[in-house]
Amino acid sequence: MTELLERAWRMLRELSGDDAYERYLVHWRARHAADAPPPSRAEFFRAEQQRKWNGVKRCC
Amino acid sequence: MANRKRLPAPIAFVSWAGVAILGASALGGIALHRGESVNAMWFILAAVCVYALGYRFYSAFLAAKVLALDPTRATPAERFTDGRDFVPTNRWIVFGHHFAAIAGPGPLIGPTLAAQFGYLPGTLWILFGAVLGGCVQDFVALFCSIRRDGRSLGQMARDELGAIGGAVALIGVLAIMIILIAVLGLVVVNAMRHSPWATSTVAATIPIAIMVGLFMRHLRPGRVLEGTAIGVVLLLLAVFGGSWVDAHPALRGWFDYDGPALALLVIVYGFAAAVLPVWLLLAPRDYLSTFMKIGTIVALAIAIVLLNPAVKMPAITQFVDGTGPIFGGKVFPFVFITIACGAISGFHALISSGTTPKLLANERDARFIGYGAMAVESFVAIMAMVAACVLDPGVYFAINSPAGVVGAQAADAVAAISAWGFPVTAAQMQDLAREMGEATLFARTGGAPSLAVGMASIFSRAFGDTLLAVWYHFAIMFEALFILTTVDAGTRVARFMLQDMLGNAIPAMGRTSWYPSVLTCSALVVAGWGYFLYFGTIDPLGGINSLWPLFGIANQMLAAIALCVATTILVKSRKARFAWATAAPLAWLVVVTSSAAWEKLFSADLRVGFLAHADDLAAHLASGALGTAAAEQAPRLIFNDRLDAALTLFFLLTVWVLVVETARVCHAALAGKRVPPITETPHVPSRLVEDWVRD
Repeated sequence: MTELLERAWRMLRELSGDDAYERYLVHWRARHAADAPPPSRAEFFRAEQQRKWNGVKRCC
Repeated sequence: MANRKRLPAPIAFVSWAGVAILGASALGGIALHRGESVNAMWFILAAVCVYALGYRFYSAFLAAKVLALDPTRATPAERFTDGRDFVPTNRWIVFGHHFAAIAGPGPLIGPTLAAQFGYLPGTLWILFGAVLGGCVQDFVALFCSIRRDGRSLGQMARDELGAIGGAVALIGVLAIMIILIAVLGLVVVNAMRHSPWATSTVAATIPIAIMVGLFMRHLRPGRVLEGTAIGVVLLLLAVFGGSWVDAHPALRGWFDYDGPALALLVIVYGFAAAVLPVWLLLAPRDYLSTFMKIGTIVALAIAIVLLNPAVKMPAITQFVDGTGPIFGGKVFPFVFITIACGAISGFHALISSGTTPKLLANERDARFIGYGAMAVESFVAIMAMVAACVLDPGVYFAINSPAGVVGAQAADAVAAISAWGFPVTAAQMQDLAREMGEATLFARTGGAPSLAVGMASIFSRAFGDTLLAVWYHFAIMFEALFILTTVDAGTRVARFMLQDMLGNAIPAMGRTSWYPSVLTCSALVVAGWGYFLYFGTIDPLGGINSLWPLFGIANQMLAAIALCVATTILVKSRKARFAWATAAPLAWLVVVTSSAAWEKLFSADLRVGFLAHADDLAAHLASGALGTAAAEQAPRLIFNDRLDAALTLFFLLTVWVLVVETARVCHAALAGKRVPPITETPHVPSRLVEDWVRD
């Protein structure tokens, strides 16, 4: 039961984008760790929101 | 899912045969039923069986034979993974994102309006249109985009059909956006007209969204769930707060407006939302509306299943002959235009070729996401149909008929509607309005108020018999919330497209963050839809009557564009023998949009033909038969009719240019002549381990 709830919670976080920064850090460590320090949560969130709204995102 | 346990063949056969028999009986039941009322459970059963069969068999056929999905092929998400745009994502998560993006107010409003023909025509079109058309379109568009690095519909049209196809697709998208926003704006305005409770609740969503935006930007950056939870609580409080405002003698005056004034407010709001930074208003509003939307849809489904309300609307009404009060026009072609989203919606092709293809970890998931999400959206449309049809038909027509058709006085309206054979009394409407906390429910066109009354009666019966007025205003708030999200987001997208187009002529205008360009292009876009919205509110026939068919034609036209591109791709990839899978729905849409456009242009029926209405009005004006107020408005209305006619003609020509281009390219490809080369990216083997993203 606890495992199921945990999974649902993880799913909800991923669906809503709540864990976007954590997921980005995983990607960053794998690909860009050598370049520079990673963006902070606030920086990442700002850039992300700007980028996400530059296209068709919602429908009738 | 390759290692999923499969049922032994005989058991699978028997159970699918059972589903088929059950679905056929449920459908037969609702189709042949003639009597007092029919249980909503049959609608749900028929729908679920049709979707299950369509998904299990037709989409499997499409996946295996027509598109030949290849699970070993690396998707764009894998090849271009950047942690942002391109991210291999769990299929359920992608499904959630995709569904949230395609599900807007369209599938709730269209069926509500189309219920004037009775429940049967709309229900059949929603079910079969989705399974054979809409789901196929979404699935194929998604597939084509995945095979082309996640490119957009416009780019694919240019690549596969050539420059003409590409340009027509782009202008078509911009035009549909303008009409869509105008008609949705009109729906919200009609829901708020002279209703301080609704207006104050909807107004409160703006500061609430801004608070959530500030919270997620400055206090707790990126904590989406915390921000959304706070916002949802505040929204619910705003529904109760509206009741307090409504009861307050001084405050209620602040929120009591007529249609044109509300239209101006929505226009000012739309412009502000388009030029303000996204984090302040647009993004937080979108989070809130997505949560409210999914929550409410799930609650509605549970309530309908728990309650099995009786559907009181007849299967078919006399209005199939074209004399319907809500919008003029015969059942063919207008039911297919009125219900666009929910059966087939061209707009979905933009999402299917936008963010979604950049997230798929495996090509095989395109079936589940493309076909499956549309089936769920179609189910939402069925629920909207049920919610409209559980109302007494008399009440349904009293709410949805414009004053210009049934008369502005309550006594005239109930007499006209009762004479059609749908008994309703002024006292009944007065009681209903009082229960819902409204001054009146007559002539509240646009579908939102009648859907809210239907939802409120379902919710209050399922979740406690009190608070009818609160449920009603909750439903209004929920509809307004995501309509306004579409208004904001649509204005912004249209602005980008306009900047992009103008940027070809004047490079500085193409810079998306250059403020003079942002302000000019936003103002142009808002002026475009604002014009239609404002004059929709002063139109004596209610505005919805002329704007909704225009929107439906535009949306089906966009679907036709997507299917043209898909058909061309199938033919060029040597799948001509399966091209009927997209060509058949395409042919149907061309027939439907062309005949609807033709009638809107040339019908002699004043409530159908734009030109006939303009000429009639002009004749009345010339003979001096109009009153002073009407005579003042008449030249404007005449101009609008002709403008609507011009737009219809433009949509009609657009479809035909694309169809001819498609036929030309397909014919050339089959004859072995030179055509634009197929742009599918070469096969790169996937290196993702089968289960890694699947938990």
